[in-house]
Amino acid sequence: MHLPALQVVIPLIAAALCALFRHYFLAWFITILASWLSFAIAILLLLQVMSRGVISYELGGWVAPIGIEYRIDLLNAFVLLIVSGVGAVIVPYAQKSISQSIEKSQQSWFYSMYLMALTGLLGVSITGDAFNIFVFLEISSLASYVMIAMGPDRRGLTAAYQYLIMGTVGATFIVIGIGLLWAMTGTLNLYDLAQKIPLIENSRPVLAALAFLTVGISLKLALFPLHLWLPNAYAYSPGVASAFLAGTATKVAIYLLLRFFFTVFGGVEFFQSTPLPEILFVLSLLAMFAASIVAVFQSNIKRMLAYSSVAQIGFITLGISYATEIGLTGAIAHMFNHAIMKAGLFLLIGAVMFRLGSVKIEDMAGIGRKMPFTMAGFVILGLSLLGAPGTVGFISKWYLALAALQEGQWWAVALIVAASLVTMLYIGRVVEVAYFREPTVKVDQLREVPSSMLLPSFLLVGAAVYFGLDTSLSV
Amino acid sequence: MTEILANLNYWVTIVLMISGLYIVAAHGNMIKKLVGLSIFQTSVYLLFLSPGKILGGTAPIISKDFDLYSNPLPHVLILTAIVVGVATIALGMALVVRIHEAYGTIEDDEVHDMERE
Repeated sequence: MHLPALQVVIPLIAAALCALFRHYFLAWFITILASWLSFAIAILLLLQVMSRGVISYELGGWVAPIGIEYRIDLLNAFVLLIVSGVGAVIVPYAQKSISQSIEKSQQSWFYSMYLMALTGLLGVSITGDAFNIFVFLEISSLASYVMIAMGPDRRGLTAAYQYLIMGTVGATFIVIGIGLLWAMTGTLNLYDLAQKIPLIENSRPVLAALAFLTVGISLKLALFPLHLWLPNAYAYSPGVASAFLAGTATKVAIYLLLRFFFTVFGGVEFFQSTPLPEILFVLSLLAMFAASIVAVFQSNIKRMLAYSSVAQIGFITLGISYATEIGLTGAIAHMFNHAIMKAGLFLLIGAVMFRLGSVKIEDMAGIGRKMPFTMAGFVILGLSLLGAPGTVGFISKWYLALAALQEGQWWAVALIVAASLVTMLYIGRVVEVAYFREPTVKVDQLREVPSSMLLPSFLLVGAAVYFGLDTSLSV
Repeated sequence: MTEILANLNYWVTIVLMISGLYIVAAHGNMIKKLVGLSIFQTSVYLLFLSPGKILGGTAPIISKDFDLYSNPLPHVLILTAIVVGVATIALGMALVVRIHEAYGTIEDDEVHDMERE
């Protein structure tokens, strides 16, 4: 079966087709076909992995480690599902939203770039070759720079430039790390590396490689204090792009961190022999608090959600820093949950932008009465973000708290709860403005958004509640 | 001194790497930042290529006359990395052109001041 190759090739070809035809509706149609097909393939792959174990696919029939191998285990099958799932949900939404914010002649380019970003992210998740990771990572990054620059505001341009500089520095750090590993072992296959590294794991080049990879990947996943590119990039890009990037790009970087720490560099014991757990632990706590507090003071709601992303990534890396089974379960579950919640929130804010033409919080006075469904979705996802029982946010924070308790760190549990309370402050601020203030004249004329925008958002809202009650998939 | 000469390729790599990164961080001009980024990326090409060269080795095309070959893999990898680098710099330049159209300047701090207002 060639499903692993098709997973990457279908969006890649579709991207070329969109650029070739340059017709806005045709491009959208191709995009929706490709996204749904990739989602279907991701589901099939996950089912195969669940029933038959690890899938190894040799590209072009060359046997690993000489050829490039695609290797799918439970972890990356799950990441593939997240990425393609978010993609499949946002494309139906994209048509209305994009046709308002981007000129007709430019729309096919947007879809083409979206598909390239999808290709890159799926490629990073599926491949078992270290250099392949770099190439796919850059494909997705370059495409996302373009998407951000297509935003309605001129600040999108500077945000894209800043992201390009920091993203490229990050990617180059990753290649340096891969280069050092290759010079020491002579192989680029992740699983071959995993066999060879334990023999030389305390040599200086290998430790340097670990350091370079950690910093490079942390730049890509916006670990505090390397998050500076993220707030502007999410705030000034088109609504669909914010939702897609917030839901997928950082999640794939987290997957890379897990893959390098726990597969390539010989597992938990080696990880705990380095100073990495302590560093990650401190940075995660700082992210959870500093970014949440900054989020409270934002006047632009998209910037607020972007800072909240930095804080939520702190929760995920906190789980990784424990490196216990419960901690990693919490981290991976939060990766999945945060993808659903943030993509959903950005879609709903995109809907507000679609009608209101502004994303300033004070402009949204009384909007809860005029756009009841949109704001109800926002409240449910907001509750999930702060970890209310019955939503997905609760499940992952519960596991993170358990992991802290297992280490005997009751104060860390208190900090997790405290950080969630700060989340309540900024979500609460929006709720207060949207529901308890008199509508302004402008808000009074608004109508609910069309169902093609509402339904995809509510799919994610529904998922946030469903997976909060039925945890068999994410845990 | 002999030690430095023995590892000359690595020293050059490190000097290029640090100067590239310094330019990215220190300069406010967006084009100069891209120049620094390009130097930084180029240093990595050297990092990959130099261990692949074996002294006295020849191009890896099998022939009866030679029995010592250089490793071909880094060239293939770096060819890809160069393509990625070119695309990145091209996109960066395009963004700088657009920024100049929108703001009338390509100095980091001036653009920043205009965004504050």
